[in-house]
Amino acid sequence: MSYIEKNTWLFGFIVVVGYAVYLALILTQGVPIEQTDYIVPMLATIGGAIVAGILGGIVLAIATRADRDNRGNPDVRDKEIEHFGERVGNSFVVIGALGALVLAWLEVDHFWIANALYLAFVVSGLTSTMARLGAYRRGF
Amino acid sequence: MVKPTRVTNGIRALRFAAGEMTQADLAERIGVTRQTVIAIEQGRYSPSLEMAFQIARVFGVGLDDVFSYEPEESK
Repeated sequence: MSYIEKNTWLFGFIVVVGYAVYLALILTQGVPIEQTDYIVPMLATIGGAIVAGILGGIVLAIATRADRDNRGNPDVRDKEIEHFGERVGNSFVVIGALGALVLAWLEVDHFWIANALYLAFVVSGLTSTMARLGAYRRGF
Repeated sequence: MVKPTRVTNGIRALRFAAGEMTQADLAERIGVTRQTVIAIEQGRYSPSLEMAFQIARVFGVGLDDVFSYEPEESK
């Protein structure tokens, strides 16, 4: 497994854990869902995921430096797989944006609009990761 | 497993004929990772035309001596 593929696994793991932590933080506040303080947990988990991705990437690079080939840089296949994953993931960002637009038209609480967008980012990240890993495993 | 490409290749045989060149050596010479060489050999990745020429040049043979295309009707 290449360094880039390992990094893809790491990204998928961070996306899942980050959203799970976010859900735990808002569902354990003991107040009606629309009255929860969701902004701070959302910012914290998004920021935490970015920091975890950077630190995890550094740790992975150090841990695998002995067996990294192409100096750990993505080659042409890695780049093609990355673009393929982005195309798959981006479709869910568009779906989420359209969903948020409809929720805004319906004048629903900001909580639902923000969470629809956040969920779309999470689903986008997950589907992008799964598409990439599938391409690495089954062929591309 | 369904192969995503009908392009087959003889890279493995060519490597052994070229003094048992390793996958890592070939990867280094064409500027890709060893995993990409493995994926090409196993038919899980179709290289670009440019990379195909680079591979053929490493072995000093023509493109047709490395790659062949299996038409659908022959399956």
